[in-house]
Formats: sequence, structure tokens, C-alpha cells
Amino acid sequence: MMELLQTLQLLGQDLLGAAWMPVWTVIKIMLIVLPIMGTVAYLTLMERKVLGFMQIRPGPNRVGYWGLLQPVADGIKLLTKEFIIPNGSNKFLFVAAPVLALTPALAAWAVIPFDDGMTLANVNAGMLYLIAMTSLGVYGIIIAGWASNSKYAFLGALRSAAQIVSYELAMGFALVCVLLAAQSMNFGDIVRGQSHGNGMLGWYWIPLFPMFIVYFLAGVAETNRAPFDLAEDESAIVAGFHTEYSGMGFAIFFLAEYANMILIAALTSVMFLGGWLPPFDIAPLNQIPGLIWMIGKMSVMLFIFLWFRATFPRYRYDQLMRLGWKVFIPLTLIWVVVVAAWMQTPYWLW
Amino acid sequence: MAEIKNYTMNFGPQHPAAHGVLRLVLELDGEVIVRADPHIGLLHRATEKLAEHKTYLQSVPYMDRLDYVSMMVNEHAYVMAIEKMAGIQVPLRAQYIRVMFDEITRVLNHLLWLGASGIDLGAMTMFFYTFREREDLFDVYEAVSGARMHAAYYRPGGVYRDLPDTMPQYLPNKIRSAAAVKKMNENRQGSVLDFLEDFTRRFPGYIDEYETLLTDNRIWKQRTVGIGVVSPDRAKAMGFTGPMLRGSGVEWDLRKTQPYEVYDKLDFDIAVGVEGDCYDRYLVRVEEMRQSNRIIKQCINWLRQNPGPVIADSVKFVPPGRESMKQNMEELIHHFKLFTEGFQVPAGEAYAAVEHPKGEFGIYLVSDGANKPYRMKIRAPGFPHLASLDEMGRGHMIADLVAIIGTQDIVFGEIDR
Repeated sequence: MMELLQTLQLLGQDLLGAAWMPVWTVIKIMLIVLPIMGTVAYLTLMERKVLGFMQIRPGPNRVGYWGLLQPVADGIKLLTKEFIIPNGSNKFLFVAAPVLALTPALAAWAVIPFDDGMTLANVNAGMLYLIAMTSLGVYGIIIAGWASNSKYAFLGALRSAAQIVSYELAMGFALVCVLLAAQSMNFGDIVRGQSHGNGMLGWYWIPLFPMFIVYFLAGVAETNRAPFDLAEDESAIVAGFHTEYSGMGFAIFFLAEYANMILIAALTSVMFLGGWLPPFDIAPLNQIPGLIWMIGKMSVMLFIFLWFRATFPRYRYDQLMRLGWKVFIPLTLIWVVVVAAWMQTPYWLW
Repeated sequence: MAEIKNYTMNFGPQHPAAHGVLRLVLELDGEVIVRADPHIGLLHRATEKLAEHKTYLQSVPYMDRLDYVSMMVNEHAYVMAIEKMAGIQVPLRAQYIRVMFDEITRVLNHLLWLGASGIDLGAMTMFFYTFREREDLFDVYEAVSGARMHAAYYRPGGVYRDLPDTMPQYLPNKIRSAAAVKKMNENRQGSVLDFLEDFTRRFPGYIDEYETLLTDNRIWKQRTVGIGVVSPDRAKAMGFTGPMLRGSGVEWDLRKTQPYEVYDKLDFDIAVGVEGDCYDRYLVRVEEMRQSNRIIKQCINWLRQNPGPVIADSVKFVPPGRESMKQNMEELIHHFKLFTEGFQVPAGEAYAAVEHPKGEFGIYLVSDGANKPYRMKIRAPGFPHLASLDEMGRGHMIADLVAIIGTQDIVFGEIDR
């Protein structure tokens, strides 16, 4: 894979010279965005299949073999449906909101390393960029809720805003722990920092275990997934912030939610589960390309997302806040200190 | 400073948690409910008025459609009221069959309630698990009456026919091969009672499964403990019955306090709550399913050993057998009279109530001696429960209101009638 990309790059440079650089960047963006869109589509199928099997039913199995064409059918259906703009809504913001939700969800992928050196932008402040991007996603939701001019959507947006503000803090502190441990904000360096120990024992999930849990749960909350899906609590506020959206507008929110899920899965893998590193640095395992390991780890995390959805009832709004402020934030604060102190002792093995 | 006004929100009738056609006008202070005003009448079908224009027998299927989740129990109250007025003696076997189907219906109702209130609180998977069991019980309905929901199986004087010796079978089709169907039909080879007995053996395990998912689940507890608390006094004052009343700690169950049919001969316990919150009502209903399972088992044993007639031997109310109708003038006349003008019930009035899965379901009938009731009044358990929604929901958040609607086990068929 890497060799292929390198030959392509050399070929392009010979061909176009200085003009190659932007072209190459666009190609790289396409190489990231298109697979993500494909993954989002098939993640919906996986979700329905996994939920189906957990709920003693087969899931989609009519469209294509084993339901494999179902996402295509869903996409066509959503594309051909009318995009209804309610009377009394702010039309410009109503249309812009889904875009504002999706763009940061995709832009955040720029700094994710898929393999050693395989990243679009190898920025040193990658983590800061990422926090900035994931925080922007909530604007799409808030604007959607406000622009819809619907009470249900408004309540959903308010809940979402409060939720994301509180969980962002816990998430941020969990990231600070990773930052301390890796002594870098560059995601490539964070993964390389986990390669010193013995395979999976060297990954940060062991010293930062509480942070691993907090980060993942905060990630579930940030992406508005069950059991924290209060922004679209369908039994109380119908569909929350996207109550008034139909057709493509709804589809884009959907894409953003799933792209965010995949992003959280990728970040958890990169920061706590060794990214592209094999679980044991021995012969058959380290022959497998890093990209495969990365995808494998992401799949496991995504499966846990779906597992949660099939198992847990939904939190109430105030209970969610309580969990965020009274459990996660104190825990992360303490752990930052613990890790910082631990690193000064000779017992820090990572 | 600007005046801060409360927020009014229209909840339903087209709402995922509206359980049919509930419409609430909510006055909200942020997310906290200041006032919940239920608006009813969107499913009103004038059942009581319709009954005045139909013969007694023609109203039996209407009873199925009142609380369309506990069909046969509704019929039971209705036929009991007629029997009371007409003084019909129901054969013992028919009484056992009725009790067995009442309990099957109770399980059906509580399963739907468990699944639906699970969904209300976001525990989606419950719904699919409970529907797996509901399918089996619907098959039993189908075996005796031919209909999976609106059975119309009870008759004044007994039940329509005896329990059949065969179960409906699955047939191979495009989706399921013959081998798969054979496996699905494995426990359907014997009689209805065999199938039901097999079900009662499996069912406690299923309830354990539900409890594993919910009873000790921290989120489930956070969502239900202390929500919608009703004190025993208030519960009585507001006319609560059934699990809603027992959840508040009042020991009141018509099956024990005013036993009808053969409930006094059966061994079962009444589950009673302590706190009167949603969690207690959940536990009461789960325990009621276990007790119903016990009752069904006892009925199966009795029914196996005691064959006999399943409908009263009363020529003026019960249609004659097909064979004798074809051979006897007298029977032919009775058949003709019964299926054209129906039977006449002596003038008078009667109230018959059963312990419906949701509470006390009563039918008050007034007869002027004609072939149709002069007046029928239905006492639906859900009505007082819904009326208390404002009191139960006040001060809670919107999400709790959904839990309260769920715990009230609202079905609009009976509330609007």
C-alpha cells in the first residue's frame, strides 16, 4: 500500500512538477473520504445486522445477498425523497446545519494515522486540531434545532449543547493524560510511543485504563449514541434536533453521526490501543499490514457502540449531566495528577 | 426583567411514546413538567352506544377491541355480566378454560407492556424478546379461536368450543425450508395443552432473561426508582386498580378479594409493591407473569384430567349442536331464533368485574328484557390511571413522563371505548 502510494507520488511529481502538490492532496483527501463514506454506509448495515442478531431477528436480508445492497437502497431512497423546509424556519441555517455537522466530522480525519506515516496532515498539534474539530460538530446540531422552529428540535438541540459541553471537558482531560504519557500531540508519535513495551502490554490502555473507559464513554456521549442519545431521544422528543429534517438533510445528519462514531473508534484505537501496532510483535502478527490492525481495532470499538445500543436503556438528561460532571470530570482530573506523578517514578514502564 | 413564561408543548397524538393516540398538552418549565393535560377521545368508537343496537352476542367481538392487548379478559367481564343476569351456570371445565385464557391474556398484556415500556426508556431489545413469547401465546389463541388477537372465544354460558387436539403448524415457504419449519413445529405436534405446557416450562427462563436485562440494570433503576410515586391513600382515592394499586402497596386483587370462576381453587400469590414508584410497578408486573404461569400450569393439569362440556346446557342461551339441529325441529327453531333475534335477557341490571391485567375491568348492564342491552357501561381501568397522569407527572422531567405513561400501561381502546 505504502509503496504503491509512493510510486504514484513520484510519477505525479515527474508529470506535473509544482502543480502536483495540490492535486496529490486532493487525491489523498479522496482516498480518506470515499472509504469513510463507504464505511458509514456499511456501518449502518452492520448496526442493523448486529442489532438484529442480538434481538433474535435476521436484520435486513432482502436487498442483495445477505442484505448487502441495503445501504445502497437506503441511500437512493433518501436521495429521492423531498427535502422539506418547514414554514417559519430560517431557511439558510436550516440548509446549512447538516453541512456544518458533517464537515467537521470529516475534517477531523486529516490527522488520523492509518499506518506508520500514512496520514494526510502530519501536524504536531494534531490533538489540538482534533479537539477543535470535534467541538465544532455541535454547532450543526444547535443550529439545526434552532432553525427548525420546532419545540422538539429545540429541546434536542439544548440537550445536545449541554451534553457536548460537559463531555468535552472529560474528553479533554482524558486526552491530556495521553498527551502526558506520549509527550507529544502528534498522533503518529502517540502510536510510536506505545511501541516500546511488549506488544499490547505497551499500549496506553493499561496505565490509562480509567481514561480509556472515560474517553470511550464520553465519545459515545459526544456522538449522541445510545445510551446517551438524548439529543434524539425518540420516546420523549420524537427525533430531537433532526425532527424536521427529511430526505438528504436527514441523511447528512446520519452520515455525520456515523462518521463521528468511526472517528471516535479510530481515536480510541490510536490513543489507547496502539493504532497500527500488532498486539504482539511476533512473526505472523507483525507481517500483517498496520492498516489491517487499525481497521480491526476500530471494528471492535464500533461493535461495542452497537452492543451498547442493544443493551442499555437511555439515561435521563440530568442523570447524564451528573455522570459527566460528578464522575467523569473528577476521575479524569485525578488521573491527570496520578499519571503526572507516576511518570516521575521509575515505575513508569511506558 | 422580562417576564418568564412557561413553555407549552403538544405531546402527541402522533408521537412515538404516545401509546396509540394519547395527546398531552404539557406546560414545561425548562424540561420540568408543571402541568400535563391529557386529551382523550381520538379513538372513541362509541362501543357503549353500539352495544345498545346489537344483540347480546354481537357485542362479544366488540369487547376484544376495547383493550386490544388483553382481548379475552374483556370478553370475560361481558359474558359474566350476562350470565349474572340470566342466571346461567357455567360448567366447571369452561371456567377452567376461561381462567387459563385470562392468565394467558395477562401474560400477553404484561409482555407487551414490558416491551413497550422498555422502548419508552430506550431498552429497545426487550421488545423483541417479549414478542418472541407473545407469538407462542397468539398461536394458542389461534388454535382455539382461529384469530390471533380478536378471539371472540367466550360465550355467555362457557366458551365457543373445547380445546383442540392440534396446534396450527408452520408451512414451508420461500424464506423457510422444510427442515427449518420442521424444527419450528417440533413442540406443536401435540394438543394445545401440550404446547402450552411446554411454554410454561420455558417461560420462567425467559422472565429471568428479561430480569437480567432490566431488574438490576443501573440505568433502568435510575430511570424508574422514585419516579411517579403514588401513596397508597392517593392510589385508592384516584381509583387505581390492578398493578398500579398493588405497586403502591395495597393488597387488592379481585381474583383473591372477590374470587370469580375457579380462582378460589387455584394456588397463586399476589405481588405487592412497597414504594409505589415505576420500579415497583415493574416488579409487580414481572411477578404477576410468574404467578400467571403457575395458574396456567394448574389449569392445564386440571383440564387434562377432567373432560366435560364447555358450555352450559341452556337451550335459551346456547345454540344447539350442529347434528341435533339438523335432526330435531325443536333445536332447529332454537337455532333459528338464536341466530336471528338472539336471546332475551330478563329485565334487571348487573355489574360484573374481572381482574383485568390493567386493573378492574367491569361491565354494567341494564336489560329491559329485550334481545339487546338497554344500557351498557364499561368501567375501564386505564381511565382513572390516565386521569392521574397530571398528579404523577408533576415536577418530573419530560423523559420521566414517558416512563410514567409506560408504567400506567395505557391502551386507548379501553380509555376512549
